[in-house]
This record gives sequence, C-alpha cells and structure tokens, in this order.
Amino acid sequence: MALESNIPSGPLAQKWDKHKFELKLVNPANKRKFEVIVVGSGLAGASAAATLGELGYKVKCFCYQDSPRRAHSIAAQGGINAAKNYQNDGDSVHRLFYDTIKGGDFRAREANVHRLAQVSVNIIDQCVAQGVPFAREYGGLLSNRSFGGAQVSRTFYARGQTGQQLLLGAYQALSRQIGMGTVKMYPRTEMVDVVVVDGHAKGIVVRDLVSGEISSHAADAVVLATGGYGNVFFLSTNAKGCNVTSIWRAYKKGAYLANPCYTQIHPTCIPVSGDHQSKLTLMSESLRNDGRVWVPKRKEDCTKAPGSIAEDDRDYYLERKYPSYGNLAPRDISSRAAKEACDSGRGVGPGALGVYLDFSAAIKRLSLNVIRERYGNLFDMYEKITGENAYQVPMRIYPAVHYTMGGSWVDYNLMSSLPGLFVVGEANFSDHGANRLGASALMQGLADGYFVLPYTIGNYFATCKQTRPATSHTEFKKVEEDVRKFTERLLSVKGKRTPTSLHRELGKLLWEKCGMARNEKGLKEALKRIPELREEFWKTVNVTGEAMEFNQALEYAGRVADFMEFGELMCLDALERNESCGGHFREEFQTPDGEAARNDDKYAYVAAWEYQGAGKAPVMHKESLEYSEVHMSTRSYK
Amino acid sequence: MNLTLKVWRQKNGQTEGHFETYPARDIIEDMSFLEMLDVVNEGLISSGKDPIAFDSDCREGICGMCSLVINGIPHGGHAGTATCQLHMRRFKDGETITIEPWRAKAFPIIKDVATNRSAFDRIIQAGGFVSVNTGGTPDGNALPISKEVSDRAMDAAACIGCGACVAACKNASAMLFVAAKVSHLNLLPQGEPEKHRRALAMVTQMDKEGFGSCTVTGSCEAVCPKEIKLTFIAKLNRDFGVAALLGK
Repeated sequence: MALESNIPSGPLAQKWDKHKFELKLVNPANKRKFEVIVVGSGLAGASAAATLGELGYKVKCFCYQDSPRRAHSIAAQGGINAAKNYQNDGDSVHRLFYDTIKGGDFRAREANVHRLAQVSVNIIDQCVAQGVPFAREYGGLLSNRSFGGAQVSRTFYARGQTGQQLLLGAYQALSRQIGMGTVKMYPRTEMVDVVVVDGHAKGIVVRDLVSGEISSHAADAVVLATGGYGNVFFLSTNAKGCNVTSIWRAYKKGAYLANPCYTQIHPTCIPVSGDHQSKLTLMSESLRNDGRVWVPKRKEDCTKAPGSIAEDDRDYYLERKYPSYGNLAPRDISSRAAKEACDSGRGVGPGALGVYLDFSAAIKRLSLNVIRERYGNLFDMYEKITGENAYQVPMRIYPAVHYTMGGSWVDYNLMSSLPGLFVVGEANFSDHGANRLGASALMQGLADGYFVLPYTIGNYFATCKQTRPATSHTEFKKVEEDVRKFTERLLSVKGKRTPTSLHRELGKLLWEKCGMARNEKGLKEALKRIPELREEFWKTVNVTGEAMEFNQALEYAGRVADFMEFGELMCLDALERNESCGGHFREEFQTPDGEAARNDDKYAYVAAWEYQGAGKAPVMHKESLEYSEVHMSTRSYK
Repeated sequence: MNLTLKVWRQKNGQTEGHFETYPARDIIEDMSFLEMLDVVNEGLISSGKDPIAFDSDCREGICGMCSLVINGIPHGGHAGTATCQLHMRRFKDGETITIEPWRAKAFPIIKDVATNRSAFDRIIQAGGFVSVNTGGTPDGNALPISKEVSDRAMDAAACIGCGACVAACKNASAMLFVAAKVSHLNLLPQGEPEKHRRALAMVTQMDKEGFGSCTVTGSCEAVCPKEIKLTFIAKLNRDFGVAALLGK
C-alpha cells in the first residue's frame, strides 16, 4: 500500500482550518450509534476519550493500571509549551512551529507541526478552565519559563508536576464522562491484539489482568494512545509497565511503524547506581534554567570533591560549545556532549558516568529560597534517591532513555495505515521528527486528544460506512484463540531464566549498540544477536503461575516477548538510515566538530515499516518530507 | 545487608491470607524498597515459587500505584516518601521487615499486597471535576487568580490518590483524599459554580463506598507521601456544611 499522508492543500497556515471545514461531520443524533475504543488513558487517551464522550460517541477506554489517573504522563515534570506570547518576548505560532521543526532536525511533517503549534494556545485555555493550577505571577496571570531549544519563555508549568496536573485535568474530564455513562472504563485490562474485519480495525481482544479472562470488544474505530517504547532498553525513565505491545501487535495487523530508531536520550537523569536498578529517574530539564553543567577539565580532578575544584579548572562544556543556548541546548545535543565528556575520561561519580549540574551560582544570585521554591520537589526527590543534598553539592546527572519519537505511522488525520485504527500521543510518530523539544510531549498528547482526533475521526465515520461486527464474528474468535495460544506458550516454557534477566540483557545490548551513538558494525552485531536472544527467551523463560489469575509475571513476559521482536526493527531502521539526525547519531556521519551530519538529499523521508510475516524481512515505505515554509538548514545552537 | 521479610500472601480476594517469611540477602543501600522486592521475587521465580504480587508503576513517587504497609506504617513512615521512593539506606542490617497490603473494606485485596482502589475513581466520577467540555473556553489569562489561592489549590491538587490516608486511618476514612480534591477545585474560581454540589456528591459517594468516619486524628496527614495538610479537611467540612444547610 502506498503511503498517503492526506496533507491538505493550500498555504501552510491555513491547512488545518481548511481541512476542518472540509471534514465530513456526523449528525449529533447519529453520534451515539458509533462506538469508539480508546486504549490508554494518559494525556492523549484520556483527553480523546473524554472529548469523544462529550461529543456523544459511545466510548470504551482501557488501561493496564488500576486507575486511569496513573498513566505515565503523570510523571512529566517541567511543563507544556504554547505559543501564547504572554511574555511579550516575540513568540508566535510560527516561531513555535519553526522551533519544533528545527528541534526535530527537519525530520517531522511540516503540516502536522504547524497544526500542533496552532492548537497549543487552545490547550492552555482548556486546562485553565478545568482548574489546572498552573503557576501564576503575583498579578494573577499565568507564569512561564524557558526550556531547551527555545529562546523565548513559552513553557507553562505547575511546580515540578505539570504532567500530573494536566493528566488529572484530563482524568477529571474523563471521570465526568464515566459518571455520565458516555464512557465505560476498563482498568487493569490490557489490549493484546487488534481485530481486523474486511480490512478495517473493528475491535480489540483484551486480557483482564485480575481474572485472566480473554474477551473481545467491537467498535467502529480503535484509537491507540499507549505511549512510547522506551522500555525496550530495560532502563529508561518510563514507568515499569510501559510497553510496545499495542503498536507492535497492530503493526503485525497492518499498521506500519515509522522511524523506530528515533529515541530520545534525556540529558538530565540520575545516574545508574548498580545492577539492581529497575528504572531511571529524570531530573526535569527546567533545572537547566538555573543549573550549570560541568565536568573537571583534568581527569585527575574527577575523584576530588566538586567544591574543591577551582572555577578555572572546570569545563562548563555546554556554555563553551553552544554559547547562544548554553545550558539550554536541546536534549540530543546536551546528551551527546555529556557522553563525550565522560568518554574523554572526565566523568564523575560511580563508574565515572556522570556530569555535574551545579546550582551554587544560581543560589548566590537568587537566594536559596528562590531555588527551593522553583525546584524544591526535584531536590527532594534527588535526595531520596541518592542521599545527597543538591543545595550543598552539585547534582550528578547522566543521560537516559526518555521518549520515543518513532511510533505508528499516521496520516494527517492521525489514522494509521490500517483503516479505522488511529494512533495518538507518543505512540504515533508524527510531530517531533528526530528529536523532541522539552515541554512538547504534553502539548502533543493533548493536542491530539482534545483538538485533532475528535474532528478527524468523525470524517472516518461519515465516509467509511462500514458496519460494526458482533464479537461473535469468526475473526474475533480466531484472534482470541491466537491470544490464548500465545499465553499458553509463555507458560509452558518453564525454563531457567526470569523475564527480567532476559529483558535486561536485551536492554543492555540496545543501549550499547543502538543508544546515544550507533555505527554500522555495532548495529549489525545487534541484528545478529537479537534473534539469538529471542530464541533463548522462548527456550529458557520461566513464567510462573497460571493464565486465569492475577499474574504479573505473565503480563510482563508478554511485553518482553514483543520487545524481543521490536528491538530488531529498531536496529534495522537505524542501520538503514545512513545519516545522523537528532537523537539518531551515527558515528560515521558527523561534522569535523562532532555534530550530527544530516543527508537531506537521500534521507529526508519518514521510514515506515510494513510487516511481512514471521521470519520475513519487513518492507520499508518512504514518505518524503517536503518543506514549503521552512528552509532545511544545518541545525546550529552555537 | 541481609534482612528478613514477613510478607502477607493471599491467593485472591476469596481465600484467606497469611504471613510468609523470606530472607532478603545482599541488599544494597542504594536500592529502592521495590528494587529490594524485585530481588526477592527473582529468587522466588528461580526456585519455582510464585513471586509476591505488588503494585508499582512510575517508581518516581507520582503515579500513586505503589501501596505497601511497611512495619505497620503505610509507605514506611518517612516524611513525604512513597514506597517507591523509600531506599534501603533507611534500614539496618539484620532487620525484620513486615509488609502488608492497604487494609480497608473499601480496598479489597486482589492478590498478596495488591488491592483494588477503584472506589477512589468512583468518588471522582461523582463530582471531582469542573463541568466544562472541550473547546470554547476563555483565554487562559482572562481570569486572574491570586498566586496565594493558586498555590493553595496546587498544594491540595498534589494528591496522588495512593490511598495511604485510608490505610493509616483507624476508621479507614477517605476524608483526606476527598478533602484534597474538593479543596483543589473549590478554592479556584473555575470550581466555584459547582462547589456545593461537588462537596455533597463526593462525600455521599465516599460513604457509599464503605469508608469510615473521620475523627481528625491526623494519621492520614502523617503518612501522606505528598504531605497534604489536615486543614483541607476543615475546608471540606465547611463546604459540605454550607451545602447541606443550603439544601443543595
């Protein structure tokens, strides 16, 4: 199937308005005849489910957690971007659009990003109306701060818990619809497959995580809002339960996966402390507003107490290399610079895998109280995890997997290559290109869920005219049977290794070969090793317990099985992209001063992979990226 | 360090539970409490036993999924700390640690130390929201809100819905949870139009779920990982009282 991006014609700034007018509508009285399944209840899923419910559709929403309020959007700390220009510092829709395209290293779809910037202003209004307690100035108006990759202050925030407050806003809107009966919520329920009838996604099969029961749900359309796949690396800042299962199983049913190699390594996380580590914790990028990043100039100083190292003996490498953005250089660039500093033997802390994030200058300039007010909860969290007081000694930070720009390929309407299957939020590939800017994930999740999908899905209903099958349809029964067999297979191996140990091994391999820097040799090694490891998984995994009970080992093993397959596609995508761009840094392709060297002539496209069946090589489809308003320049933050 | 764990094991909600004792060996100070349990579970799986079922997700102290009563205190008794943020440097070599689930009628046990807290969701569904639909909302700066009010609302809104307040209360009361949401919304002008209805509806649902009464002993505040203040209960009582008097 050819990739049809369905980008509307006309000037960039008018595309979305024109498209909204051209979209077919569903009569209010007819909306209740359409049923929609939303999988996931984070910012994208909860906002979509709530809005669709308000519009009058019959909605079912599923999440694996015990409550929709626990989705991992809740952990986002720093903020949400919007082109409000409340600070009168020259911001505009066009500037936010441009910063996002540039931040994504010219690998995002222009029309989608412009729409995102346009609706960003509505998101803030919506959230304020819901009672989201954004930070305010003494005059009573909303406060802003700046984030990486921008020279304006456009980030709205609620202390260090912006994601929590935005998610609770969406959760409350969703709860209101659940109370009114327009949305039915299924917590502790995991989607295990998509059901396709006559070429359209018409339902899902789920496992009730408490009873183990497998059941089918039919709908007129399915929306996946299941987040990113960062846990393929085992260690990431994602929640323990985050997984690739829904988009991976949809991929096997015809929903192409786009740019899986684009993963974001966040520069400011708490370093790994040992082999027991189960996950990594982010320290918000907002800290870089006031914290200065440095390492000692000399290797021999690395083991000294940071306070004893003279100012002249410190290398504030971000300020040195990127004077105009300084400590607020974008994430991919800051992460690579940290890696470079540690690779040169100047890392600090255990294993020399850390750099300092120092607040002493800011405390001197602004006072301890101001810093405490701005970042108190982050300093507390740092102390709980490391046992160190960052008001007195600099924080130690190191990059960690944080976000995945790749995901299901979607057209301008957020519909995947499988008709009737929509993908929103981090789970799709659409808006961040090869690198996401800080405070843009919350923006995209809510843009998709509140303001884009509710329009575009109506057009699908109004034009597709397909009937909704009953769950007694043979296709549902067949998929249920497949799912039961898969579960049985996992439980019957009864080998010697735990799912965790196998997952950890996969993650380590991917971090080394397909992490912050990649090269052809390493990727080829990974592509050889992953199928072996997958075979080991299926020969040696030990999944305890039974199918028909609350069985966390079984849930987890199913997710790891998918990571074992997905990791291979990620490496293949990284190998095929013979250039460096954003978070995808191929060591063979760099400028003399070590920056990413893009190859626009050959690689200005989205790589969308089509599944061909087990054991067969997937086929890559290319969607070429055309820019009408921006010039594809070399990205510079110097 | 080496520890001894006494853990509540219960196959499901229909069967009776009991304590089992497990050794936890070679535990490192930098481990979180849940990472220590991961190590114990890896050992249990390797010896063919059923691992301990416990809830956790973000492991950053914000999702509210983790829920253990540790040595008799929900989340283990360190100020402002959820179980997932509790680290083993807080324990001593050789110590025996008792691990139990949240205990409350309204939070039935699913398995071992994992419980069902959907009652909290139903309380929010009863009125813990502002009734606005998507779209058509006024400009964010059209409604100035004083920083003090906004900050107080944020203090209340910081609740993570973990249920430690209920687990700590001798009556298994959910007053702190309900007070936090009612206060967050009722303090703000956006929540003003529905403030009476909200207080009544949420308290009614709370009672219906089987949570006990509040006698303001403050055990909830003491264990709250987000340090939500007891004074919000006074705010809830006031809003509820006014609403009841007005017959709303």
